[in-house]
Amino acid sequence: MDHQWITTALFLAVVALTIFVTVRASRSTSGTSDFYAGGRSFSPIQNGLAIGGDYMSAASFLGISGTIALSGYDGFLYSIGFLVAWLVALLLVAEMLRNSGRFTMADQLAFRMKQRPVRMAAATSTVVVSIFYLLAQMVGAGLLVALLLGVDSQAVKNIVILGVGFLMIFYVTVGGMKGTTWVQIVKAVLLMTGSALIVVLVLAQFNFNLSELLGAAADNSGKGQAFLEPGLKYGATLTSKLDFVSLGIALVLGTAGLPHILIRFYTVPTAKDARKSVLWAIGLIGVFYLFTLVLGFGAAAMLDTATLDTSGNLAAPRLAEEVGGGVDSTGGAILLALISAVAFATILAVVAGLTLTSSASVAHDIYNNVIRKGEATEKEEIRVTRYAAAAIGLVAILLAIPAQSLNIAFLVALAFAVAASANLPTILFNMFWRRFNTRGALWSIYGGLISSVTLVIFSPVMSGKGIDPVTGKNRSLLPTDIDISWFPLENPGLVSIPLGFLLGIIGTLSKREPAAEDRYTELEVRALTGAGAEKAVSH
Amino acid sequence: MVSDKDPSTDRAARHDPIYDAMAESPEFKELRHRYRAFVFPVTVAFLAWFLLYVVMSNWAESFMAQKVVGNINVALVFGLLQFVTTFLIAYAYSRYSATRLDPLADQLLHVYEEETR
Repeated sequence: MDHQWITTALFLAVVALTIFVTVRASRSTSGTSDFYAGGRSFSPIQNGLAIGGDYMSAASFLGISGTIALSGYDGFLYSIGFLVAWLVALLLVAEMLRNSGRFTMADQLAFRMKQRPVRMAAATSTVVVSIFYLLAQMVGAGLLVALLLGVDSQAVKNIVILGVGFLMIFYVTVGGMKGTTWVQIVKAVLLMTGSALIVVLVLAQFNFNLSELLGAAADNSGKGQAFLEPGLKYGATLTSKLDFVSLGIALVLGTAGLPHILIRFYTVPTAKDARKSVLWAIGLIGVFYLFTLVLGFGAAAMLDTATLDTSGNLAAPRLAEEVGGGVDSTGGAILLALISAVAFATILAVVAGLTLTSSASVAHDIYNNVIRKGEATEKEEIRVTRYAAAAIGLVAILLAIPAQSLNIAFLVALAFAVAASANLPTILFNMFWRRFNTRGALWSIYGGLISSVTLVIFSPVMSGKGIDPVTGKNRSLLPTDIDISWFPLENPGLVSIPLGFLLGIIGTLSKREPAAEDRYTELEVRALTGAGAEKAVSH
Repeated sequence: MVSDKDPSTDRAARHDPIYDAMAESPEFKELRHRYRAFVFPVTVAFLAWFLLYVVMSNWAESFMAQKVVGNINVALVFGLLQFVTTFLIAYAYSRYSATRLDPLADQLLHVYEEETR
């Protein structure tokens, strides 16, 4: 059987399914509460699945298993950081945000600060974080489809990026939050079952003995026991060790500052449901990251890693092909197609969430509250959200096409670093520090945003790493004759996150704002008890 | 939220004096105390535990490389323990909220709803 037909059929099935749930969801969407927050009527299980669907991105599925396949144990840091991070969201953010906000990250700041400047700042950082994240997903989609069609053609990748861009605009403009949520739920179920299947098939090859799998991975990697120990990727120098610390901090503090994750807490009726949905999400995400460990070491044990691409992004689909019977077998073709379709669904669900979040912030924060001073009707606001979704989709398409040489997991880690530097300090200070004020919020958001992005521009990622001695490829983004790098770390978190917190403190202490302190009483009562919190919409 | 706006300060207006009364009530002070008494120390603990993992991975390579059983070494066990502690803390917080926080929050919410009816 020609495997390209199976693959194409499964991809189209995934697309058809997501379009179907989007159109169905659009029928029960009317006002802004429906459009932005799904009527706040999802159950904790549904929202837990959707959070998982929103969070487990192409970087998790393709990127982590690829990093473990190539660099062994060091790739495991991503899995651990991505999971432990959820405790910050569970303990400090989810419930309080549900009780004090309406639709966007900026809402809980606007509760007690000067609305227009803080909304502008929060919307800017929402859009920047979301676009970095979007790029990663779209680059992943291009790679995946090119692999499946067996062509390394730039035109095909560009067409796929274009297609994904139009689909995400469709999900958001037609289905709003309800459509997006259902796409994410479908994806979470597909991803969990698909990867569980491969995990079982991999473990079966090793008599369900983890030690045997690890031994085979160490042998086949050609690096021996070092492959199972920390340090292969990050242990070489002090700089690379600090990069490891920087990455770890960005991962663990970034999650609770990701705007597309934060707005999911608004889709349930109460703060208790927000807590329960995070508990479901932690269970789901934890199991999934244990799967990535097996997928990554499984790929290292069973595949000829020399044939993998340098970023390792395709290790998981190739592993599926191998456990199905290998290249040119029907079983292999079916599993390859299945896992690739699952990865594609993963990408679609994440881009939908990101597009919705950033366009909602543009419409609700910038258009309605900054430009129209809160006078826009719900209809106008939703109309602007649709335009914004189209505009953000087009920007993402235009940026993704030149960004294709970047590693997916790296782009996502960067989004985490920006979120942890610009968003998390303000969210925490706003909730827990009475004295915190508008100046502190602005300094922290803009300071964290500008410092993290600037440090990346002058990092080895952009320039100065030179030619890879093995592959002969340029390891930095800019041509090798341009070297503007002076910041030694690839991940800016180690510097920019403390700076974000510090600027928040200095900005606050340098000016008193009694009105903001006064309104903290109301914010705190509301956040802890739910008094006056937004209610679910009943249809 | 058109009605909440105070155009002179470009800031959401204060809603209701009831929030001040609630903030002063012993129930609220107790709720706030119980919430913070759990989340602050636990957050410090799990962040320190995670950082310890990162630091050990970097600077205690020979310890992390020790075999525990078969090919399973200390590093892997340490990593998996991060999963275990995450699940345990999530479970503990959910139990703590249900027994120590929710009843107080519900009681306060009830007062609010009665007063603003």
